[in-house]
Amino acid sequence: MEIPYAVKARPDTGLYNAKVGIWLFLASEVMLFGALFSSYILLRVNADPGTWPLHLLNVKLGALNTIVLILSSVTVVFGWASLKMNKFGSYKIFQGITILCALTFLGIKSFEYRDKFNHYEVQLKNNTIVDGHKDGGNKDTNFFAFESARTVTNHSELMSPPEESTLKEIKVPMSEIKDRADGKGKEIENYGPWHSSYFAIYFVLTGLHALHVIGGMIVIFVIWGPLAKVWKTDPERYTNRVEVSGLFWHFVDLIWIFLFPVLYLL
Amino acid sequence: MQETSRADEAHHEELGFWRKYIFSTDHKVIGMQYGITALLFMLFGFCLMLLMRWQIAHPGEAVPLIGRLLLKVHGPDMISAAAADKGGGMGVISSNLYNSYGAMHGTIMVFLAIVPLAFGAFGNFVTPLQIGAPDMAFPRVNMVSYQFYFLGGVIMLASFFIPGGAANSGWTSYSPLATVGDLAHRPNGQTFWIIGMVCLINSSLLGAVNFITTIIQLRVKGLNWFRLPFFVWAQFVTAFLLLLAFPPLEAAGVLQLADNLLGTSFFLPTGLVVSGTALHVSGGGSPLLWQHLFWFLGHPEVYVLILPAMGIVTEIIANNTRKPIWGYRSMVYSVLVIGFLSFIVWAHHMYLTGMGTRIATFFQTTTMMISIPSVIILTSLFISLWGASIRFTVPMLFALGFLPMFGIGGLTGLPLGFNVSDIFLHDTYYVIAHFHYIVAPGTIFGLFAGIYYWYPKITGRFMNEFWGRVHFGLSFIFMNAIFLPMFFQGMAGMSRRMYDGGLTYAAVPAGPATAGIPGLSPFVLGLNGPIFIAAVCLGLSQIPFIINFFHSIKHGRKVTSDNPWEATTLEWQTPTPPPHGNFEKPMEVFRGPYEYSVPGEARDFTTQNEPEQAQPLTHGNPVRS
Repeated sequence: MEIPYAVKARPDTGLYNAKVGIWLFLASEVMLFGALFSSYILLRVNADPGTWPLHLLNVKLGALNTIVLILSSVTVVFGWASLKMNKFGSYKIFQGITILCALTFLGIKSFEYRDKFNHYEVQLKNNTIVDGHKDGGNKDTNFFAFESARTVTNHSELMSPPEESTLKEIKVPMSEIKDRADGKGKEIENYGPWHSSYFAIYFVLTGLHALHVIGGMIVIFVIWGPLAKVWKTDPERYTNRVEVSGLFWHFVDLIWIFLFPVLYLL
Repeated sequence: MQETSRADEAHHEELGFWRKYIFSTDHKVIGMQYGITALLFMLFGFCLMLLMRWQIAHPGEAVPLIGRLLLKVHGPDMISAAAADKGGGMGVISSNLYNSYGAMHGTIMVFLAIVPLAFGAFGNFVTPLQIGAPDMAFPRVNMVSYQFYFLGGVIMLASFFIPGGAANSGWTSYSPLATVGDLAHRPNGQTFWIIGMVCLINSSLLGAVNFITTIIQLRVKGLNWFRLPFFVWAQFVTAFLLLLAFPPLEAAGVLQLADNLLGTSFFLPTGLVVSGTALHVSGGGSPLLWQHLFWFLGHPEVYVLILPAMGIVTEIIANNTRKPIWGYRSMVYSVLVIGFLSFIVWAHHMYLTGMGTRIATFFQTTTMMISIPSVIILTSLFISLWGASIRFTVPMLFALGFLPMFGIGGLTGLPLGFNVSDIFLHDTYYVIAHFHYIVAPGTIFGLFAGIYYWYPKITGRFMNEFWGRVHFGLSFIFMNAIFLPMFFQGMAGMSRRMYDGGLTYAAVPAGPATAGIPGLSPFVLGLNGPIFIAAVCLGLSQIPFIINFFHSIKHGRKVTSDNPWEATTLEWQTPTPPPHGNFEKPMEVFRGPYEYSVPGEARDFTTQNEPEQAQPLTHGNPVRS
């Protein structure tokens, strides 16, 4: 039994099945990320004055990642065009670059994540706050050691990035740190999703996007590597697969192009 | 000739048991998988409701017969070992367990029973046949879609057995209650609920993509858009609703999961105090955000529940009135308008949240607008009955039952759509009665009609006519006996969420000290008892159906042709039951879906694949002049 229009386009719609399917799927993805962006707007509009951080992320790394993803979008198109021109060798090279770009993006993103998980805010009993990056090498449990940190008196001062020159090594004795109101340990918290609404939505948006990058990368890789033999037997079907996975990849890039300004610049 | 070609095909595609029934990619087998799983879930959801109705009718009394079993399943935390005041018996439902049953009854009925039955089962089995396709556009995606559904169901069921029990914050899972309701257990029933929902959402998304692609791409030659049976239109719009409305709930689910497991505060406001202690969260979240995201799905979901049933009923009414559907085109346009409007009515569920009167006015207006296309569809179906010589078959009885029941459900929704009257009726039993009239005697009757109607195509045998009538008659009576009194309870002000059946707010006997204290009258509270009995009777009236359903597979009256109802649509042009690949010869469509009693034709039905007559008829008489 053969499903009609699995490879050839249907004359009246001009599309083959998978292309209709992927566009519909992308429509649902638009709704998924649309809901999350709406949540971002609502959280930000509702935030109390002085509780929404600005420019805390590393813009240079974000911009680099944007360039990496745009480059990968270009190579996806070149790869597909190569197949259309019957140049399997150059397809292999272009799509290989796409996969490398995806890996680079994920590498930079995980570096940024790690940076946030190492970033701590510690509230002291004298009502000052020490905020900065933890010294991973510290083994003395009587102290909470910062590699580079600053001391502020007000939480809202933490909403903008510090001057590099003001940062210094700080060792806070555990006894000076405030106890939590619910009695479960001390007021020590890193910049994970629990830290504030901003970091919550940041991690959910970028995390979900990263899952899409991983998914897209795996699909592109499987078509590129293990399934490459289909090109020999059924080149049209193979080209269609590359096109459909490419459409998904463009969508993943497009989401990042919205994410970058929203999270890094605004 | 036919026999040989079929034997040939069987020879080529001999599949083992697992490939044929469990990991099948055949849309008909997947449809049946959906159907049987969904019917089982429906029975389970019904049993939860019976336990709740027992508690409402007899608060504080141990559950009879199965009280000890419940105690074993839920443990002493959830269910009291001894009756608190009424003495004797084991297994009194605690308030937590009652809430948990309520939440799971709603979730199971909506997401695991009705939608999979209406969309997954009927959509899968019938849609490709009606458009003349050999299968769905993506058969393997179809299989995965069912597997996601099954996994979601297993996760939901498993949550009954974990510490803390299943989710108990209502089927709507409003935050912050859903997040802080059970702080003692992580992961808890709510975590399972969200993960289960994500599986179900993924299942629906894959299904929706598949359905829309199939309907757009695999229509057989000549089957243009206005020759599609109304059932296909209904499924098409339903698929779009699922495709576009479900992702926001998935987003909301991810955010609530983060609140639940990671300690974020997407839906937790600043300064939240739980049981006297301030919660250690960052705050800054918005409980309203959850409600918006939830109801953005929730309202289109209502139309997901009802549209497939409308589609089924339309097919059956056309077939049994032996007339074309009156106003087919306006019905198609109406269903499209419903599809669009259903995305902008969601906040009529939120009049009481304090979101503001201007927003409420907007949503009140759109809500009134969406009632217009619904009325057009219902009116067209009523007018289609006019002057017909109706065949009162069992499917037709259920279809006819659907019309007034859906009518009552729809009209009683209008006072809820108005901001002012909703403030009084919100969260009372009136709401319960309203949407159950739409879904229970409405949609479920439509689905029963579909089961009786397409059963001969699936099995080659009819279901028993007499027991079908018994099933219909008793169901019709008891459905109304359950839900009609709830309108009165609701208008008397009885809240829908009280686990003691409103006893807390019972009117105090009149006396000098209590004069002027309002409360629920003994009459209103007294309705709880008869409702429980009616619910038990409704359960008993399903026994003829269950026996009929299984007995008829082997022992029902055999069909004598592939088109036993003398219908016009393409699904009856296949062999019975349809083989893998469906059609034995290439199909082509020449006419609309409901050409019944066409003047000048030999028979009172003209199938869609019958070519236009080249020469005038030489034999037979027209059925009607």
